[in-house]
Amino acid sequence: MSNCAAHSAPEPVFAEPWHAQVFAVTVALNEAGCFDWPDWATRFSQTLKRHGLDRDLDGGDDYFHAWLETLEQLLDEQGSAVAGEVTQYRNAWEKAYLTTPHGLPVRLTADG
Amino acid sequence: MPHDDPDHPHALLPPDPALRVKALETILTRKGLIDPAALDEIIDTYQNKIGPQNGARVVARAWIDPDFRKALLADATPVVADLGFYGRQGEHIVAVENTPDLHNMVVCTLCSCYPWPLLGIPPGWYKSDAYRARAAREPRKVLAEFGVTLPSETAVRVWDSTAEIRYLVLPMRPAGTEGLGEDDLAALVTRDCMIGTGLPKEPS
Repeated sequence: MSNCAAHSAPEPVFAEPWHAQVFAVTVALNEAGCFDWPDWATRFSQTLKRHGLDRDLDGGDDYFHAWLETLEQLLDEQGSAVAGEVTQYRNAWEKAYLTTPHGLPVRLTADG
Repeated sequence: MPHDDPDHPHALLPPDPALRVKALETILTRKGLIDPAALDEIIDTYQNKIGPQNGARVVARAWIDPDFRKALLADATPVVADLGFYGRQGEHIVAVENTPDLHNMVVCTLCSCYPWPLLGIPPGWYKSDAYRARAAREPRKVLAEFGVTLPSETAVRVWDSTAEIRYLVLPMRPAGTEGLGEDDLAALVTRDCMIGTGLPKEPS
């Protein structure tokens, strides 16, 4: 809000590719019937409230951090992506990026 | 750039949250809960196809077609669905009309509920704590920061969106636009004027 004067400047719909990805995963799961949107909004608003207790969220990157955390918790509770499994795949992706020569597509190895 | 460094000849490592999202995508795709092609379609839709131009079309038509306007204000959801704009989350759309006596402004105090089918993804400021906290408490101050000063006799009403109900502000048609058609009128309708934090552009 401190930069309201700049509010008419064009801005990308999603500032980071992962913002778009986590948004799309959430919408796809909702459309597949994994959860309804009011339930999502309730959970998301609780995360935002918790994150905003000690600072002002700017509605940018911190907004999607809260979004991702909400989705991770929801999927962990539902059992469709439990925390341990997510960490395992996250680390597998990290390893894949670090071992894939620049310019080649990054893929998980078969044991990933 | 790390990936140009000969000591680190690997692909550029994305930030931690991006790796966590990739992990979720992999798990959910392998379980058959999501389809990567559907994700691409959703992103393409919100990046390229859905945006304030949809809402602007609705506003412009309401300005020139009294029956459309009446139906829109009575129950906007089926009216905008007829134009192909319907909520993927099953939400209802409510249109609120600005008049010389009343200016409407929309916020979501809890999170960031927004009429996606009509306006696309909300701008950063709509999602910020500052706007969400202050819009309801001191709307005139917030409006002033957006460059909107209303006559003192105009009341301000703030609508708090929910997951079920999203609001579209129907701004007043600018003076001097009597001869304009729907396309020219739609070009005057900004995103912010449909949130209530702006006014339509004046015809040039």
